[in-house]
Amino acid sequence: MSTLTGISKDALARIVAADILPGSFVNLGIGLPTRISNYLPPDSGVMLHTENGMLGMGPEAANDEIDPDLVNAGKVPVTELPGASYFHHADSFAIMRGGHLDVCVLGAYQVSARGDLANWHTGKPGDIPAVGGAMDLATGARQTFVMMNLLTRDGRPKLVSECNYPLTGLACVTRVYTDLAVFLIQPDRVVVRDLFGVDFSTLTTVLEIPLVDQTQKAAP
Amino acid sequence: MSKVVIVDSALEAVAGIPDGATLLVGGFGSAGQPVALIEALLEGGARELTVVSNNAGNGDHGLAALIRQARVRKIVCSFPRQSDSWHFDAAWRAGAIELELVPQGTLAERIRAAGAGIGAFFTPTGFGTPLADGKETRVIDGRGYLLEYPLRGDVALIAAHKADELGNLIYRKTARNFGPIMAAAAGTTIVQVDDIVPVGALDPEHVVTPCLYVDRVVRVDRNLAMSGDIL
Repeated sequence: MSTLTGISKDALARIVAADILPGSFVNLGIGLPTRISNYLPPDSGVMLHTENGMLGMGPEAANDEIDPDLVNAGKVPVTELPGASYFHHADSFAIMRGGHLDVCVLGAYQVSARGDLANWHTGKPGDIPAVGGAMDLATGARQTFVMMNLLTRDGRPKLVSECNYPLTGLACVTRVYTDLAVFLIQPDRVVVRDLFGVDFSTLTTVLEIPLVDQTQKAAP
Repeated sequence: MSKVVIVDSALEAVAGIPDGATLLVGGFGSAGQPVALIEALLEGGARELTVVSNNAGNGDHGLAALIRQARVRKIVCSFPRQSDSWHFDAAWRAGAIELELVPQGTLAERIRAAGAGIGAFFTPTGFGTPLADGKETRVIDGRGYLLEYPLRGDVALIAAHKADELGNLIYRKTARNFGPIMAAAAGTTIVQVDDIVPVGALDPEHVVTPCLYVDRVVRVDRNLAMSGDIL
């Protein structure tokens, strides 16, 4: 298979950030999704929730801002913004499970055309399973966005008809942001909203699922 | 029922924890982990412990040290695998420790339920996943749920920022994490704090854990605790 080159991780983070409505309450997963916070405009009023018990999380802490009592879900020292609040773990997960978060953005091993998510365990024997808050987030947020590369390193698609990795949640993903395209997972179809460095017909040969083209075509 | 006991050392605070006890251990990674209490427990010698905690130890201190010394028979946690969880990894690969993996919100809610007198609850988290295997399920208003049971401890070991002399607690930032729910869910709740203040010095509006949940309090200098000199 020829190598496809899409957009960079930072360019993708910028696109996800632009899709988050001002004033939203948002949880950004560990890893790639954390970068989205770099592109949220300061005046957007978006408040970040972190599963370990905080709303109003600020940027990563540097130098003398570092406080061992103030960390994010990845245990990285962070800062607090004016208007922040702290709460215990049961309340923090009630915020998720209770549908009080507008959006969460997670990484994934695989997403199915139905929106099933697999992102917590490779399922390989000998790999230590670790689930953390992934299942609570995927199940509880009003919208679950996934941010990932569309293909594995050896070129296999990660957006599939059926996940063969252990599932995190059923039919929970609403959008998939990848380096090659942005997909909207709708009840009975998968819509392609944006394409990056690849055309629609090539994309249909790369993926083994039916796709609907709704990209904004340039005027003829 | 009984009044809080303020003790002078971490060793005294954890005295009497028997072999085979179930411990609720606070902390999210290192934030809020009662390192001094855990290290005192190492000194105290209890074995065959069941530990309920979000993680399975970081680095070489605290919970990691307890696992390294083979004191933990079983761990109930949500996220055992981390870049610095080498002592758990080695014990797990050697088949020397049992792991019950629980989604983080379910872990928290099971602990909360134990303290709140709830017999069991239905949660949507994990429905349709391998972590639902063997669990009772129910569809409520078209949505699938799993039945989950409370998680009670014989002893809770937690860290708070300040206690007053009655045992009312306040926490600092994200170090609060599991402290308030674990304090309520154990037969005996043991707390390490940065400072102990007179009754009346904490604003009642700011108290997070009321004193009736707390049994023993010890003041710990965390800087000394991290260097291993607290005992």
